[in-house]
Amino acid sequence: MNALIGKDDRVEIRKTIKLYIGGAFPRSESGRTYEVNSAKGDFLANVAQGSRKDARDAVLAARSAFTKWSSATAYNRGQVLYRIAEVMEGRREQFIAEVQQTSGSTTKQATKHVDAAIDRWVWYAGWADKLSQVIGTSNPVAGSFFNFSIPEPTGVVVAIAPHDSALLGLSSVIAPIIVSGNSCVVIASQNQPIPAITLAEVMATSDVPGGVVNILTGDAAEIAPWLASHADVNALDLTGITDQQLAQQLEQDAAGTVKFVRGPRTDADWMATPTLSRIRAFTEIKTVWHPMGV
Amino acid sequence: MKFEYAAAPESRAVVNIASNYGLFINGEFVEPHSGAFFKTVNPATEEVLSEVAEAGQADVDAAVKAARRAYDKTWSRMSGKDRGKYLFRIARLIQERSRELAVLESIDNGKPIRESRDVDLPLVAAHFFYYAGWADKLEFAGLGDNPQPLGVAAQVIPWNFPLLMLAWKIAPALACGNTVVLKPAETTPLTALAFADICQQADLPPGVVNIITGAGETGRMLVEHPDVNKVAFTGRTEVGKAIQRAVAGTGKALTLELGGKAANIVFDDAPFDEAIEGVVNGIFFNQGHVCCAGSRLLIQESVADQFIEALKSRLGTLRLGDPLDKNTDIGAINSYQQLAKIEELSKSGEDEGAERWSAQCDMPDKGWWFPPTLFTGVTQAHRIAREEIFGPVLSVLTFRTPDEAIEKANNTPFGLSAGIWTEKGSRILHMANSLRAGVIWANTFNRFDPTSPFGGYKESGFGREGGVHGLAAYLKVEDPS
Amino acid sequence: MPSPSITSSGLPDGSAASLTGFLHGLPGVDQVGAEARAAMLGTRSIKNDAKSWAIDLAIRMIDLTTLEGMDTPGKVRAMCAKALRPDPTDSSCPSVAAVCVYGDMVQTARQAVGDRIHVAAVATAFPSGRASLEVKLLDTRDAVNAGADEIDMVIDRGAFLSGNYVKVFDEIVAIKEACGSAHLKVILETGELKTLDNVRRASWLAMVAGADVIKTSTGKVVPAATLPVTLVMLEAVRDFHRTTGTRIGVKAAGGIRTSKDAIKYLVLVNETLGEDWLTPDLFRFGASTLLNDLLLQRQRISTGHYSGPNYVTID
Repeated sequence: MNALIGKDDRVEIRKTIKLYIGGAFPRSESGRTYEVNSAKGDFLANVAQGSRKDARDAVLAARSAFTKWSSATAYNRGQVLYRIAEVMEGRREQFIAEVQQTSGSTTKQATKHVDAAIDRWVWYAGWADKLSQVIGTSNPVAGSFFNFSIPEPTGVVVAIAPHDSALLGLSSVIAPIIVSGNSCVVIASQNQPIPAITLAEVMATSDVPGGVVNILTGDAAEIAPWLASHADVNALDLTGITDQQLAQQLEQDAAGTVKFVRGPRTDADWMATPTLSRIRAFTEIKTVWHPMGV
Repeated sequence: MKFEYAAAPESRAVVNIASNYGLFINGEFVEPHSGAFFKTVNPATEEVLSEVAEAGQADVDAAVKAARRAYDKTWSRMSGKDRGKYLFRIARLIQERSRELAVLESIDNGKPIRESRDVDLPLVAAHFFYYAGWADKLEFAGLGDNPQPLGVAAQVIPWNFPLLMLAWKIAPALACGNTVVLKPAETTPLTALAFADICQQADLPPGVVNIITGAGETGRMLVEHPDVNKVAFTGRTEVGKAIQRAVAGTGKALTLELGGKAANIVFDDAPFDEAIEGVVNGIFFNQGHVCCAGSRLLIQESVADQFIEALKSRLGTLRLGDPLDKNTDIGAINSYQQLAKIEELSKSGEDEGAERWSAQCDMPDKGWWFPPTLFTGVTQAHRIAREEIFGPVLSVLTFRTPDEAIEKANNTPFGLSAGIWTEKGSRILHMANSLRAGVIWANTFNRFDPTSPFGGYKESGFGREGGVHGLAAYLKVEDPS
Repeated sequence: MPSPSITSSGLPDGSAASLTGFLHGLPGVDQVGAEARAAMLGTRSIKNDAKSWAIDLAIRMIDLTTLEGMDTPGKVRAMCAKALRPDPTDSSCPSVAAVCVYGDMVQTARQAVGDRIHVAAVATAFPSGRASLEVKLLDTRDAVNAGADEIDMVIDRGAFLSGNYVKVFDEIVAIKEACGSAHLKVILETGELKTLDNVRRASWLAMVAGADVIKTSTGKVVPAATLPVTLVMLEAVRDFHRTTGTRIGVKAAGGIRTSKDAIKYLVLVNETLGEDWLTPDLFRFGASTLLNDLLLQRQRISTGHYSGPNYVTID
């Protein structure tokens, strides 16, 4: 039984699975879709197949959202991330059903997965206003200067979400990028994109400014090179890339504008409590000098 | 009578330059397998100083092998406490030999002895001293309970601050337990080779530090060597991009510190005389061979004429000449190639319609020199406002409002540094917040310190050198996801 | 440079509003930057001919000073003899610029030096300046009448620090008038002004009011002259010259004891104001022990070996 189908005899309303760009849900400009099936092989939906132009639009949306999001107070960003968790909680049953259906896991496993994903947002939400205190420093330079270093968001970050952890892995990739003030363009798991688009609906209804998170569905091998070489993208998270050759090509493309690249991660334990490494990867350290005199 | 300062040359007698140098591999100077040598020249006199080995593939292999062996057998097994002791020793040896090293640096690089003596060398010693103290405290660096070294680090450094860049590379690498193969720039190898001697005096275990000399091809072989775990590069953006491409897919850790085109923003309420000094120091320090140089002056229109007039008058007092004269402010351009590049870009400034002004200086007959120069009437569209000149050439642009200053300052692919001059505290903080650059100097410029992280945004690179943040570039951290 | 401010001439007219507006409109001084600049100039290495020349110039710029409660005519006469002929063993050694004494010693000093060098008197209730204007004017006239051709007055630091610039201004104007043809040096007592911003403001205030020379210190307050303070004063003089075309002198007084220090000051003058100011008319050292150190250096250069304290005279 399709989770999107009601339990009674009513003919259900199916949802069109579209992209999430700039806070809106457009179809792919290419007009293409691809068929997504459940783990058992049942048809679930025709999902938008993102194109390079969709990627371009997503970068544009991410860039225009960056200024405001990065200059929001840390307290505010923390609340927005927490709000994501709140709204997810309300859709907990839907997420469990979708994860179970797309991944073929048991209800128990899917529940654990979804609960961990929601909790992950809460974990990162709390980091928003602590980062500068933990990563930032006051530097005792040899001279009459006040010198401090603070983390700042890198800018627009492109991430390829893990293909086998449709909600928890996805959340664990997005949250550390946006918590510091970056905006992002994420390519969702190609075979399990439905929880990603439901997460987009959560984003759209939970105070996340449009453009801060943009989610593309489709084939990473097709879209990612355009993003890796895009001059207005500042960093690359290749977590979900499993093809080594593709990973190498993307890293090479990134070199064109010296983007920082966080490499593929095939052996991730998404259930474990993360470290700060993902947040650090997508922050810059800015150091400010000022003389002390009268 | 005029107060002409008589020549006050620093004695060359304190340095002893050999007629040729081999490669420093596994604790010893060895002849290169390549059999090839190249000349290193004093840019102030064009005198050949020495012949230096040009490492080929077999030499690079030998150096990496020595580093690997030292890593496996000695350095990674040594306690942090003992690693620190070696680094403290090195710091002290540098202090003891600092006059010699300063003179050597000025001879090989062309920078004024005042700078090598008062800036480079004190910072070199301080950098080793700072990271020496970290060696047995890495678990306090905020990178987990048990951070581990990466392995063998391949390090390629530029010619503008030869020994200082060596210190920035080697000190944190060794403190974290890595071993290194370092390649100095081909025009400035001598202080790195003197550092090899210091490693011997310190009884540093063989292979922990290996110095191989050569040009770009040697550097390429080094960073592409399959048995290095970490690549650290400081230099031109184009080379940095090539290295990133070469390293792609190998899993090698990478940090890059590349070019810049920093804006030095002067508001109408700036501390006027100190701003003049800061602008001068920003672009004419080390002949402008500084990646973080304040090469774009953004001056508020309301004080532009007054400021530029005062600036020109100040530039007239700069003393260009013999780098070993203690009263020299502006030394020699490091190489003929660099001089040609500075001349080419300056010509483009004139061709594109900017107005060129150069201080009147007597240029020595021999060597490579370029007078302190500024261009007025520069717009963001000019090449001299966009490309890194890496010479004593200042492009002057104007702005009307703080927003315009921020917009122009950030309108560059680079993001290494920026300067702000204003007496208004809240404006400083707002500007510092809005500028997309890794180092912001407010009411000062070109200050460096081992505790202060340095590195850029955007195409100026990634990773930081200096401070606790500099450790992250040389440590591996347990990470579940 | 002063910011274009309150009057069309570019200078304040002496009213409270114009003075406050003008002085507060001057650009700030960044202490760390100014100290760094002064320290850098202090690393200039002066050798050989340049050093010999600088030492003689420094001697010619000295206001040889005694300002003690225990001064006597005998002490003053001894100092005057030294001022005229600093090195009795070497007739090529120049005289100093002036002797500087309290008002009651002016006559003694003038008799001792004749017209060969200047006689400067500290006046205006030196060193505190805490007296009425009437007393200060009498003090000044008394010194001038006794033969002083240079008057070293102190500003009212209390008035300056409380923002009463008019009082400071008016006093300088009045003293200047009382000086007649005597040159007026205005002592800012920078050690009590504390900030370099205040040093710049006080420099301008004194120059606008008519000072011929601005002087760092009385020598009775620590710190007296320092390189950064002198740098800021030299910059003010430079900017005043750019604005008005008038050359104002500077006197660094107190705390300068060695030839090396003196040469640092000359470098500062040379690189801030240029060679035009390297004359006793426009730069002075207020000092007592400095002279002997300059003489020892001078002997070292002329004889080729180090000299000793018994080979220079103690007055």
